[in-house]
Amino acid sequence: MKHSSFFWFVLPSSLMMLLFIAFPIVSVVTQSLYQAHDQVIIEVENCGPFGCTTDTSVDSEATVALREAEPLGQFAGLDIYKDRNHLAFSEVGEAWASSVSMRDFAGSLMNLPFYDAMAFTLTYTAVVTPLTIILGFFIAIGVNAVARAMRGPTIFLSLLPMIVTPIVGALVLFWMVDARGVLGTALQWLADDPNLSVKASTPLMWIMLMVYGIWSSAPFAFIVYYAGLQTVNTDTLEAAMIDGATRAQRIRYVIIPHLVPLTTFIALIQLMDNFRVFEPIVSFSAQAHATSLSYAIFNDLGGETRLLSSAAATSVLTIIGVAILLSPVLVRTWRDFGAPR
Amino acid sequence: MLGTAVAALTATGALACEADGRVSIIGNEFPAIQTVAAAAGACKGIDFSSNLTADHQTLNVAGMSGNPAEYTTAIVANSSIVALINEDVIRPLDDLVAEYGQDIPQQQLITVDGQVMAVAFMANAQHLVYRRDVLEQVGLDVPTSYEEVLAAAEAIRAAGIMENPVGGAYAAGWNLAQEFTNMYIGTGGEFFKPGTAEVSINNAQGVEALEMMKALTAYMNPDFLTHDSNATSAEWEAGNVALMNMWGSRTGVLMDDEGAAPEVYENTMVSGPLTVGGSGTPATTLWWDGWTVAKNVSDADAAATFQAMAAGVSSDILNDETMSQAVWLMDGFEAAPVNEGVLASVAARSQPYPMRPFQGLLHTALGDNIADFLQGNESAEQTLADIEAAYTAAATEKGFLQ
Repeated sequence: MKHSSFFWFVLPSSLMMLLFIAFPIVSVVTQSLYQAHDQVIIEVENCGPFGCTTDTSVDSEATVALREAEPLGQFAGLDIYKDRNHLAFSEVGEAWASSVSMRDFAGSLMNLPFYDAMAFTLTYTAVVTPLTIILGFFIAIGVNAVARAMRGPTIFLSLLPMIVTPIVGALVLFWMVDARGVLGTALQWLADDPNLSVKASTPLMWIMLMVYGIWSSAPFAFIVYYAGLQTVNTDTLEAAMIDGATRAQRIRYVIIPHLVPLTTFIALIQLMDNFRVFEPIVSFSAQAHATSLSYAIFNDLGGETRLLSSAAATSVLTIIGVAILLSPVLVRTWRDFGAPR
Repeated sequence: MLGTAVAALTATGALACEADGRVSIIGNEFPAIQTVAAAAGACKGIDFSSNLTADHQTLNVAGMSGNPAEYTTAIVANSSIVALINEDVIRPLDDLVAEYGQDIPQQQLITVDGQVMAVAFMANAQHLVYRRDVLEQVGLDVPTSYEEVLAAAEAIRAAGIMENPVGGAYAAGWNLAQEFTNMYIGTGGEFFKPGTAEVSINNAQGVEALEMMKALTAYMNPDFLTHDSNATSAEWEAGNVALMNMWGSRTGVLMDDEGAAPEVYENTMVSGPLTVGGSGTPATTLWWDGWTVAKNVSDADAAATFQAMAAGVSSDILNDETMSQAVWLMDGFEAAPVNEGVLASVAARSQPYPMRPFQGLLHTALGDNIADFLQGNESAEQTLADIEAAYTAAATEKGFLQ
């Protein structure tokens, strides 16, 4: 392709990417480097239907000129990244110095919101991503073996968890695992413990969130693999059958090698998605047991006083986290496709 | 004949309000606010719109920051008005009160530093809700303190009536922080060093408040950290709970004949606020809902908004249907049994929820950290230290602490 036609061909999408991906990231990074101007606090008397109280208030007139001159706030550099609600360098340093054992240090680290959120986010990503891929693969193999007439309905049923809105799907499961729900009661019967409650136990809540994660994203892996299965070379499969290969051998030596590039693709998307885990935490009201970086952003913006810079800093850390997580897969993709052949 | 008709119309207030300008309301969505918005919209000659939604708090600051502001008035509570004052998006109302609001009773005017910033129209508070039949079965009087609640809960459990007789909106986050705020005020604690934004809750009162909350959770459904006000109300209607601290605005639903068995709703009673540790200060907070006027609107729109909203919260809106929707602050309000809890909270001289610029930041920090203590992961002192540290980082970012 000529350079000029290539340029015109990619121009619209480049513009879109600049507008909807690059600019927002620049804006978020900028916001995370600023904090609010120093507020002038004055004592005032507040009166209302319940009488009068002396309290503090913000003297907005005192900072109005500052605010107009610098609407973003005052430059804070990396202060917000370093504070206790984010990377907490000084707290981590203190914990390191004062801890007597690694276990002690880990305990202090888990007490800091960022590291607590990272612990859950990374565990979730590490467990859910491979299990989603494996489950999706087996569903695809299974559906592919179903008689042609039944395939339509089977595919539809297999895709249902993805069709259901995540919040709704999680809420359905939330009420099912309630101590008085179908699954909750079944678990109590299985464990022979009438006081067992999934929602009250941190390990069970983690398992629940991961089960939900696998359930809701397995259809994605399934549909990609299913599409891939349609392109498996039938000649090779038939040749393998004539050579006496069993079904397991055919899957192992013909189908899996064919689907490996797709696995890279699914892993890429799933790593990104799972690192941003958010909906199940809200739907399961699980914030007492598990938080994630996305939940921290939501929490910063949901309070009565919004913490825009804090949310922006967490967003940048999320982007960095995704980049680190994806780097092995991206390097592999680069080697497979990008390198000169 | 004509004279009587005009007199009748004037009495309903429909004719009384006539203004020229734009009126646009942003506010929460519940029956009392819908009544106010509808009455304001009935004003003649105004260009009216309203956006009543549970997400109003995420919209009001942004919607009032532009010039001209999208919303000319926001309906807020004593906790949420501070965000509007902090961002400087609402105007003082003194001149408008002088011109159009002479008949608004003084007690409805919310003043900050001598300037009227809002007009309140209803009150709310958390107070004890109890099951009369269950207390009779164990032969105990209605508790007036949390210590008595614990004793009653133990008696109910021991009698085998209910396994987890205590309820409460202890969902991690805003609800849990609100329960701590109540309890800490009840112990006589002060949240901040006077006149500063420096938090000071890591003290004996803070520990006492946390210990009492933990003692109560021993008698709650084990899932208490996921139970918000809605889930707690559902537990009540299911007949699983006999004692709880609940919002006055939600007791109407518990006492009506929908969603519960007769033995539950017929025996649902309200009482005043509870105390803790014999301090005498009720462990609850008083709340008001009221309306404001945006700063970035023309004088004509501000005047029209003031007139329409004043009509929306006048005594004329009170009738058989609207009377029970809230504890109205207007003259002419007649309390029903369901309102007694809120009125008792006011009469007991409970403290209003602090109207303080940085209280919201502390509320968030409380909601994020208290669950660790209630789950037994760490000591009360550690939890309080974590809350202080989380608040300090957030308050530094917002410029309250340098």
